[in-house]
Amino acid sequence: MTVINMRSLAVLMIAGGLALLAMLLLASLAEAQSDPNRFNRLMKPAAERNAPPPEDGIHDPDSPGTHLLQTPREAFAALPDSISGNYVQWNEAMDKGVIEPRNSLTPVSTPPIVLDLNIVREVKGSMPDVVYPHKQHTQWLDCSNCHPAIFIPQKGANQISMASILMGEKCGVCHGKVAFPVSECRRCHSRPKQQAAAN
Amino acid sequence: MESPTRLWIAAVLVAALFAFVYLEAARAEYGDVVINEFSDEAGMRPVVFPHWFHRIRFRCKVCHGDLGFKFEAGGNGINMLKIIDGEYCGACHNGDVAWSIENCDLCHSGIPETPTQVHHSTVQKLVAPPQADASDPSEGQQ
Repeated sequence: MTVINMRSLAVLMIAGGLALLAMLLLASLAEAQSDPNRFNRLMKPAAERNAPPPEDGIHDPDSPGTHLLQTPREAFAALPDSISGNYVQWNEAMDKGVIEPRNSLTPVSTPPIVLDLNIVREVKGSMPDVVYPHKQHTQWLDCSNCHPAIFIPQKGANQISMASILMGEKCGVCHGKVAFPVSECRRCHSRPKQQAAAN
Repeated sequence: MESPTRLWIAAVLVAALFAFVYLEAARAEYGDVVINEFSDEAGMRPVVFPHWFHRIRFRCKVCHGDLGFKFEAGGNGINMLKIIDGEYCGACHNGDVAWSIENCDLCHSGIPETPTQVHHSTVQKLVAPPQADASDPSEGQQ
């Protein structure tokens, strides 16, 4: 009799606790989602960024391996923040030595051949001109990654449009996939037009 | 009578919570690549490649230059034979530089039938997704 009572009491308490937890979670989620005039209605809430693999929507939570994978939040905790993409300033992280990505498979790496050469591209539209820094790119990449397959290494030889970038060509081979997304217009379009500056 | 009722309430609420979580749009990390060229056919979960994890440890050129990975999701024709031979992922995932291939589940961890894609890429957002629904499975392939 007492054993049954204890068991039912335990079941009752666990069920009650679960229900309470679920209700609290649902209520907070509903509250967060329901305010029609909340800020950044269509943007991903900060709490959902860098989600752990079992909750990220492409990893299968039923796979045992998924739960062994590192969560990005843990890895990014010490890295400088950004406002888009992985929400990490990758170049700054490397410059400050917070991360030290290898330049070859083996731990003993020769330093990369960094080319400090800015290319200014005067753009047709009203946006500021593009300043392309070889420096940041050659810290990560070899010349042959881009030249000559993606960009012909010759001034004026490359037709680049935002349309092609958005469709994953030219700069869009990396930007908008892995490198910072194309929503950060001013990181490339960074030099005010000469004419505009004169007026 | 009390406890079964509460259990039911709890079960329904927990189920609702899970449904809510699952219904939400995928929010995987920027740059995560799903590779599902052969996995579904072979009865394995698709591979999820986390760019962010690897770029903390290696510069882009190591894989995209030295190892010959093309800048194209699903464009490399990677299969387990090549990996065992030390090509592509197998250049590191050999028990030496990184953990070895017997940890199938660590790579093959994607939700089944997720098409090959670069997650959160501009192209993915702009181009109508090749919804690999049951009616036309060939669409998601090429």
